[in-house]
Amino acid sequence: MAPLLEVRDLRIHFSTDDGLVRAVDGVSFSLERGKTLGIVGESGSGKSVTSLGIMGLHHGTKARITGEILLEGENLVTASSARVRELRGSKMAMIFQDPLSALHPYYTVGNQIIEAYRIHNQVSKKAARQHTIDLLGRVGIPQPSVRVDDYPHQFSGGMRQRAMIAMALSCDPELLIADEPTTALDVTVQAQILDLISDLQSEFGSAVIIITHDLGVVAELSDDILVMYAGRVAEYGSGADIFDRPGHPYTWGLLSSMPRLDRERTARLIPIAGTPPSLIRVPPGCPFHPRCQYTGLTNGRCDTEVPALRAVATLGHEAACHLTAEDRVRLWAEISVGEVPDEAREILDQAGEPLDEAGDVPAEVGQSVAQGGVEA
Amino acid sequence: MIFFIIRRLILTVFLLLLVSLITFAIFFLVPRLAGQTPYELAAQYVGRNPIPSEIKAVEIKLGLDAPLYLQYGRYVKGIVLGVHYSDGTDVSYCPFPCFGYSFRNEQPVWPQLISDAPVTLSLAIGAAVLWVTGGVAIGVLSALRRGSFFDRFSMGVALAGVSLPVFFTGLIALELFSYKWSVFPNVHYVGITTNPLLWARNLVLPWVTLAFLYAALYARLTRAGMLETMGEDYIRTARAKGLPERQVVIKHGLRAALTPIVTIFGLDLGLLLGGAILTETTFSLPGLGQFTILAIQNQDLPEILGVVMIASFFIVIANMIVDILYAVVDPRVRF
Repeated sequence: MAPLLEVRDLRIHFSTDDGLVRAVDGVSFSLERGKTLGIVGESGSGKSVTSLGIMGLHHGTKARITGEILLEGENLVTASSARVRELRGSKMAMIFQDPLSALHPYYTVGNQIIEAYRIHNQVSKKAARQHTIDLLGRVGIPQPSVRVDDYPHQFSGGMRQRAMIAMALSCDPELLIADEPTTALDVTVQAQILDLISDLQSEFGSAVIIITHDLGVVAELSDDILVMYAGRVAEYGSGADIFDRPGHPYTWGLLSSMPRLDRERTARLIPIAGTPPSLIRVPPGCPFHPRCQYTGLTNGRCDTEVPALRAVATLGHEAACHLTAEDRVRLWAEISVGEVPDEAREILDQAGEPLDEAGDVPAEVGQSVAQGGVEA
Repeated sequence: MIFFIIRRLILTVFLLLLVSLITFAIFFLVPRLAGQTPYELAAQYVGRNPIPSEIKAVEIKLGLDAPLYLQYGRYVKGIVLGVHYSDGTDVSYCPFPCFGYSFRNEQPVWPQLISDAPVTLSLAIGAAVLWVTGGVAIGVLSALRRGSFFDRFSMGVALAGVSLPVFFTGLIALELFSYKWSVFPNVHYVGITTNPLLWARNLVLPWVTLAFLYAALYARLTRAGMLETMGEDYIRTARAKGLPERQVVIKHGLRAALTPIVTIFGLDLGLLLGGAILTETTFSLPGLGQFTILAIQNQDLPEILGVVMIASFFIVIANMIVDILYAVVDPRVRF
């Protein structure tokens, strides 16, 4: 059976006064019904642009979209905007990052959900209202028949995101895209929202795309993971594979800058040096090479030749990197146990922190460095 | 909400009292401080070449010889209750609301205000309908087609509208449409009750002229507001629901952009109801604006005082309505 969503060589470019922004540059993936795909990457890696592209929300902007987005075999890139609008909200729905600004401040939560439901369903206001109350109850809003008439500012952050989820699910979509659904929420609420999404996914049977910069989020939920860097796919495979045998130095960077419970508290968190590249002047060759510590192992291919995304037999999934399979296995073996490979020592030495004392660095300091490195 | 309105109404009364006190002080206290005697003031009521005894009689009858605070009390009492003027033999009653007698024609001020108000009301409300619909529509279209020919053209016209004074655009309009092409010949005010058709026909030019000035302002305001709100996250949410673009723009975009426009509109209308001086003068409309100009030219203190009170009444009330509307428009505002 064909997958629900198939994206082939998607390119989304914006022409600006400063030049062409290649926000998404040749991304391909597919998603089966009922499965979850996590798209991971730093700010500006093109993950949100990809999801907005799938939803057809670049219409009316200066975006130039090529490639194919096949939803149940229908190409959304070439479909009329009227057709995509019909699908939006009914077949595919989206949850946004900040539920306060994503809800209209002048309309009640209920009315906004009723509106979403009635666009695609010819039902009376009364029936839509009942449906909305049911939905609010299902996403865990207490006293839904009362709260349905509240305005968004009368809801707490977590409840607003629950309401957004109810709105997205109002028409029982096949595909749910959650763009950083927990970023704007309290840590305590984040887990609840993720649980809710995964519960509702099994209940509604929707396919879910979760977009995040937080590997912890995708680790919990995703069947597959797509790691994006500078508008391209760095690594793509099943969640278990990517966490066990990551095959791209960027993914290693993401993983080793994340605190882990199975390591000693004092283990050093290693930031990814540098900042994401400009999407107008993407570095030649591998876009990650200016920040990569292992370019010395490939005889200069990294600076000149764009690595293709190809399956690596020893890893069992696809990665876009010039390193040999043996090098990757060896390097990850060292990194995954908390050691720093010789090739990567330089960066820490430059930071002026002698490696011998690395074990004494308090975990909090390490974490803040790591977060700075990933989000910068 | 009810308590808010009551509170605001009480505040309004105090505000109007304050306005009356200040205007009264400007026109009666300041001249006296500058050396004007009650006798000289009374002379202004009497007319040319009066006999001193006549002046004295007026001074006593209008109570101009009394201390100023008593005069002020009498003035306020006149507005609220009406007042009796008496010099012993000749008693005249000025019924509520009494704003005193005009120097010019010795008539009570209030009936004159009342007879002139409908003219200003017709002018202001008609123009307001035009400028709000026109300005907001142009602003929305400009924002949606930002950078297009329509946007540049209408914003250019809007700049002209804001910059050109009414007495210029009004005279041009009169010259072209009334005299040269005779589309609207012989523009003069006809009461709506006398002949509604003629009323409307004669007001078209003043409406358009006045609306042009304000529509320009509102178009720019709406455009700026729409550009801001159309970039908001909730617009993206509305689109993500699959809402047709027209509804996204009107129901979600315009609704949010309208709040500041409602505010400005209330204040503009309140201000205009007190007299559209330039427009009324340009088109010779006998409204409160012309009344004001005449009162000032004649240094007719009671008339000036009366029209100031009326104008400030409109502004204060408009302010209150705007504040109430705020809560209706934006559910986050509560009293």
